[in-house]
Amino acid sequence: MNPLLEARGICKSYYKNKIELPVLRGVDVAFQHGEVSALVGRSGSGKSTLMHLLATLDQPDAGEVWFGGQRVDNLSRRQRDEYRNRQIGIIFQFYHLLPELSALENVLTPAMISRSVLGYCRDRKALTLRAEAMLDRVGLLDRKTHKPAEMSGGEMQRVAIARSLMSEPELLLADEPTGNLDTETGESILQLLRQLNTEDDLTIVMITHDETIAERADRCYRMQDGLLVDRFTVEPAEETFTPRARVVA
Amino acid sequence: MYRLLLCFRYLRTRYIALASIISVTLGVATLIVVNSVMSGFSAEMHERLHGLASDILVECHASGGMPDPEGHLAEIKRIVGDDLEGASVSVHVPSMLGIDFNGQLITRHVNLVGIDAATYDKVSQFGRYLIHPENQKQVDFNLRETGFAESREGFPASGWHYRRARVSYERALAEEQARVEAINREAEKLSSGKPPQRTGDAPSAGQEAVAGLIEDDQDSEAENAFAAAGPTMGGFLPPELGGGQGAAEAAVFDPATEQYPGIILGISTCSNKLRDDSGNVRDHYYCRPGDDIRMMFPSASENPKVLNQKFTVVDLYESGMSEYDSTFAFVRLDQLQDLRGMIDPVTGVRSVTTIQLKLVEGANLNAVRDALRDRFPPDTFAYSIQTWRDMQGPLLAAVRLETTILNILLFLIIAVAGFGILATFFMIVVEKTRDIGTLKALGASGGGVMSIFLSYGLLLGIVGSGVGLVGGIAFVHHINEIAGVIEKITGQEVFDPTVYYFTEIPTILNPFTLAWVMAGAVAIATTASVLPAMRAARMHPVTALRFE
Repeated sequence: MNPLLEARGICKSYYKNKIELPVLRGVDVAFQHGEVSALVGRSGSGKSTLMHLLATLDQPDAGEVWFGGQRVDNLSRRQRDEYRNRQIGIIFQFYHLLPELSALENVLTPAMISRSVLGYCRDRKALTLRAEAMLDRVGLLDRKTHKPAEMSGGEMQRVAIARSLMSEPELLLADEPTGNLDTETGESILQLLRQLNTEDDLTIVMITHDETIAERADRCYRMQDGLLVDRFTVEPAEETFTPRARVVA
Repeated sequence: MYRLLLCFRYLRTRYIALASIISVTLGVATLIVVNSVMSGFSAEMHERLHGLASDILVECHASGGMPDPEGHLAEIKRIVGDDLEGASVSVHVPSMLGIDFNGQLITRHVNLVGIDAATYDKVSQFGRYLIHPENQKQVDFNLRETGFAESREGFPASGWHYRRARVSYERALAEEQARVEAINREAEKLSSGKPPQRTGDAPSAGQEAVAGLIEDDQDSEAENAFAAAGPTMGGFLPPELGGGQGAAEAAVFDPATEQYPGIILGISTCSNKLRDDSGNVRDHYYCRPGDDIRMMFPSASENPKVLNQKFTVVDLYESGMSEYDSTFAFVRLDQLQDLRGMIDPVTGVRSVTTIQLKLVEGANLNAVRDALRDRFPPDTFAYSIQTWRDMQGPLLAAVRLETTILNILLFLIIAVAGFGILATFFMIVVEKTRDIGTLKALGASGGGVMSIFLSYGLLLGIVGSGVGLVGGIAFVHHINEIAGVIEKITGQEVFDPTVYYFTEIPTILNPFTLAWVMAGAVAIATTASVLPAMRAARMHPVTALRFE
């Protein structure tokens, strides 16, 4: 079976004072449909950069990104915008909600971005219903008129998840979704993500530096110094971190 | 859609941007006020300048004037054709005005104009500026009974009513003086050593009665002297014109029932605007309708002599243009021609010095003027042919220049406000960096992000200049009240009626001006947001998302 999202030989360097700082040095990774995968690594290991490349927010120096059997990294700017808007959902460590908009409006943002003023006005009712359904899904329907400033971190992350689901994506990219939350709240977010995975068959790629969180994924990839060093499948029965099915990437 | 939503939200939540737009608001309001006052001012001035001057003036500089005005008029009609709406001939002659006031002779240099009352009103708005309401409708050089400027505060009693009262007072006074002198002579003859009785100690009943009618006490002294001395100026005038004439008149002329030829004086030739102690502007009149004055002017003969003629003031003329009000005096054309000897003894044709033309609305004045100049070239005829704009050219040009410079300056102010918006927008873009990254991550294009800030700038421009527009219009509507309030607070008169032609600040709101001021301000605000918007559009989403 073809993987949903695949990176082939990705290289990326940043330049500081004309000195090349390689961040990714040839990463090959494939994410299967319907799986929850985790990318673990210390800060500076290049996992965030990899995620930006997967989301086409940045372009690789070498290598290719494939999504659903189509190469996406070399698409035109407009097509990449559309890919981010329609095919994937992204959530961030710092939620990145727009502070001027209410929860409902934040959830509606992707729909607004993809439509003209007229198109949006025409579909407004259906879109509002869908946005409310998404808020209901994350359990925040009663907070729809609240601004981000009036919400807790966990609530904001739930709104961000609702927003990422707005355009019915197949893939959710999550950059440290619990990184800014306490353990309990983080736990509920993780449960929500798992629920979305099982109920909607949503493929999730999650970046984390927390091994215990990574353990709970279906598949785990370890990154170090710009290389994928480890790949293992977590066995549900295992309580502690004992990588069994170890495959060298 | 998100662009509109976001820029409306930014408008509501970013007060710093509203602060930056205040300068645009003020600039727009000031521009509107300045433009409407300036155009009100110049329109009023145009109207007044044009009101008195006819469209085209053909002046002959020769003292005897142009002979055969009928022939000239026919020729002008042939040249101008259908554009000619009306024409009037008149005689302009420099002269000296003499007013007897408090026993002193007040002299003024005036331009004595002999007008044909029937046609003069057609070429200029002469009648409109007379102060007697009946004369405004139909000019009459006969003194009217009463009813001069009844609405005008502090205007002294005028007309026949006043003239009779004054004459009877003067007569009573003269009689009383004669009586007192007779008594004094008797007393001296008796030489009993008693001091002579004074006039002021025993005023007669008649004197008291008329004194009530004469409001201005100071004037009575003047008229006393005037009546007693007769033609006071006789002494320094040629005998055949001065004393002789006066003596002959005195025998037959009864000022209580008769008048000299009528004259209409410009109001500033015989009055003075002064402030009283409380700061109010008051008019002080040296003479008024019903009084007699003297005019001295040259005769039209080849050896000009000074003519000295008494006239009775029948009305005053107030156009509001001090240049006109202080230099013009109007009499009947035929009387002036008779006095100056401007009649050809053989043919009986009367000559004139000036022909005034009124053209139909929209006629090309300059073209007509040039055609007339071709027909009457200046090297053959001593004529000066001018349009009213030529005569007032420097003044009109100065007002236009002032308006232009003020507009440039005020637009520079709005441009400075534009730089304020630029700085504020850069700040907002920096503040919104992460949001910009978020929007891009959600699939917003660079153009979309740019248009958020462009439409934000546009919206700010519209709001700012809209508020400025409303404020400016409100200010213009209440400008006189506002001037009054400022006067009260500062004690400084904003619009000094002794300096300006108008008592109220004239304003005209021109929709075209409003439109371009608005458009200019909105354009400046939008232009100022272009650079920050481009910066936002170019921002790399990864950098933006990482921005702390």
